[in-house]
Amino acid sequence: MSRADGFLTEGYVRKTLIPPAPPPRRLGGPLAWVRTNLFASWTDGLVTVLILAALAWLVPLALRFLVFDAVWTGTSGEACRPEVVGHPVGACWAFIGEKINYLAYGSYPAAERWRPNLFFALLAFGAGWMLWLGAPKRAWGAAYLFVVFPVLAYALLAGMPALGLVSVATGLWGGLLVTVVVSMVGIVASLPLGILLALGRRSDWPVVRYACIGFIEFWRGVPLITVLFMANVMLPLFLPGDLTVDRLVRPLVGIALFASAYMAEVVRGGLQAIPEGQMRAALALGLTKTQALRAVVLPQALKIVVPGIVNTLIGLFKDTTLVSIVGIADFIRVLEAARADPRWSAPAVPATAYAFAALFYFAICFGMARYAGFIERRLAAGDAR
Amino acid sequence: MAEPRVSSWRALVVQAALVLALAALAYFAATNAAQKLARQGIVAGFGFLERPAGFDIGQSPIPYAAATATYLDAFLVGLLNTLLVSALAIVLSTVLGFALGIARRSSNLLARSFAAAYVEGFRNLPLLLQLLVWYVAVRVALPAASDPAAWGGAYLSQRGLFLPRPDFSGLAALVPLAFAAGLFAMGLLLRMSRRAVALGRKPVPVLWPGALLGLGLPALAWAGLALAGHLVPVAWPARGPYDIAGGLALRPEFVALLVGLSTYSAAFIAEIVRSGLDSVPRGQREAAAALSLSGAQALRLVVLPQAMRVIVPPLTSQYLNTTKNSSLAVLIGYPDLVHVFMGTVLNQTNQAVEVVAITMGVYLSLSLATALLMNRYNARVAGGRP
Repeated sequence: MSRADGFLTEGYVRKTLIPPAPPPRRLGGPLAWVRTNLFASWTDGLVTVLILAALAWLVPLALRFLVFDAVWTGTSGEACRPEVVGHPVGACWAFIGEKINYLAYGSYPAAERWRPNLFFALLAFGAGWMLWLGAPKRAWGAAYLFVVFPVLAYALLAGMPALGLVSVATGLWGGLLVTVVVSMVGIVASLPLGILLALGRRSDWPVVRYACIGFIEFWRGVPLITVLFMANVMLPLFLPGDLTVDRLVRPLVGIALFASAYMAEVVRGGLQAIPEGQMRAALALGLTKTQALRAVVLPQALKIVVPGIVNTLIGLFKDTTLVSIVGIADFIRVLEAARADPRWSAPAVPATAYAFAALFYFAICFGMARYAGFIERRLAAGDAR
Repeated sequence: MAEPRVSSWRALVVQAALVLALAALAYFAATNAAQKLARQGIVAGFGFLERPAGFDIGQSPIPYAAATATYLDAFLVGLLNTLLVSALAIVLSTVLGFALGIARRSSNLLARSFAAAYVEGFRNLPLLLQLLVWYVAVRVALPAASDPAAWGGAYLSQRGLFLPRPDFSGLAALVPLAFAAGLFAMGLLLRMSRRAVALGRKPVPVLWPGALLGLGLPALAWAGLALAGHLVPVAWPARGPYDIAGGLALRPEFVALLVGLSTYSAAFIAEIVRSGLDSVPRGQREAAAALSLSGAQALRLVVLPQAMRVIVPPLTSQYLNTTKNSSLAVLIGYPDLVHVFMGTVLNQTNQAVEVVAITMGVYLSLSLATALLMNRYNARVAGGRP
């Protein structure tokens, strides 16, 4: 049955024009905007009013704490006590000001602090090289960050008497320095290991495949804190004789293994997204399987998982705080130690310390998340062409 | 795997070498560990679980007495505490996370931005820091134990949250039974509504009648019992000279961990829900509007059911994460599995290998069970849509 038949069987064809409807009321102007965006319905209005009330309470509270009632200068907790100051006290920034070196370097000897500073600078250089997409010779940047930099950093921080650098025991390292070292080791170890594991998981050889699956699923199945406890008590047990492992190295091993399992899953996602035809085409061109992986499949796979890798790194960076539980003087642990200083005992000090830590972690994690989002949009734009 | 095995001897050699290397590594580690343990005079094996524990645990869902308990009892208490706080955190974070995720796609600008700010804020701060904030900074701001805040029989102080505890034993068991019946009725309504929609009829209202049944039936049972002269006994918390006694005491460690875990996890669930909502084509919502469904109806009957297919797999792995994250309890002293077993028991017995193996085994089996459930769900979903 054709469409026309159906139309005729309706038995009704309008003969006269419908009078024109009045134009819709003009939607525009600030009032209409408020209506559609904030008070579209009864419940919408209620939600709007509730959120506005919460903001009216929270924003002045936060501003008073962070800025207006804050104490900026002082030499002890006395300066941050309301009964001394004479008005309610917000954040005690004087406390952070005095402890800032301790928060950055821990107990690293004051005379040697140029070494962590140089370490931070070298790291910033390498990270900038890798993150800036238009940078020249990014392959060299990767080589620098994953091979040269770790060696340099170790010599610089731990010391190398042959070069005139006094050795500094890892027990003295602390604060931001340790947090950055732990994250860097996690990143530098987990990326290559993760790629190897991801390739192994897709291997044709059953032993390799099952070994990789077992490894990945084991670390992904347990909480990081149990891994750190395990590294702490079991690593020394497994080594022969009186060989001991540095207290800082134990959690580093744990974090590296843990992070590589998560990284492997991210990379595997990228490998699965590459059509099988790519591999077949490369083999048809006479490339060996290894060459095909290295030159054709991996570059494409890694490119699309950059956002996933950055997200894993954000998680890794947040997870480094857990080393404070097993006694490593990372940023959080140093902060807690500074907070316990009796000279700086004031009611506002804990909240100040946590506000500072929150700003620090948020700035880094949010920045990395925005970077991942930027890469993702760029990739999407490339695909849309 | 369909490729021809040109170099099968190479595959054999590499795999054999891998097996040998792994075996050698395991042998090396095991002999070293055995030697060191023997030197420390530690007897390997799980016999230590029968020995008396001799330490107290701050919170226990089952009877636990330091004098008579064994290490096995301590393990059970830790495990139950982990499951308790994880289960509650999962429920709370799901409710909060769905609300936030839906709010991120709301037409209300303020709701949208508020939810976005919440997600970015909670997701980008380490959970450990958040737990410290809840446990230390927020607790300092609460009233002191000698001067608690009180609302209608409940007390809040730095020592925790104290709620009245109704005793539902004996005849009073009717009240929880009525609650279960209300839930059951709600489920029936939901089914009826689904069927009505499937048959093209008007959906049966579920939300309001369901809530009325779920809350009204137990209230009716309570009132009925009271009229019949059987008042449900309630243990009220009472102010003592130093602290509050009686009732249902929620310790600050528990409350801090529960609140911290739920609010943190909710941010991730909100993102999962948002991506689920985004996966439903826009036309679905427009078609629902064209059928004159209201916004809420369209969400509940058209968009969410389709989004669930995308939401459920990452949601389960998020639940697993919540369970694993509950191990941060060790930081603030909530007696969970890691705190009790990997902390206290490990320190007392030095049975490192056994304790680590048992603790990791528990988490691994939870992960494995979840993965199996997930595979079945995926198979069902994929089967429903070839």
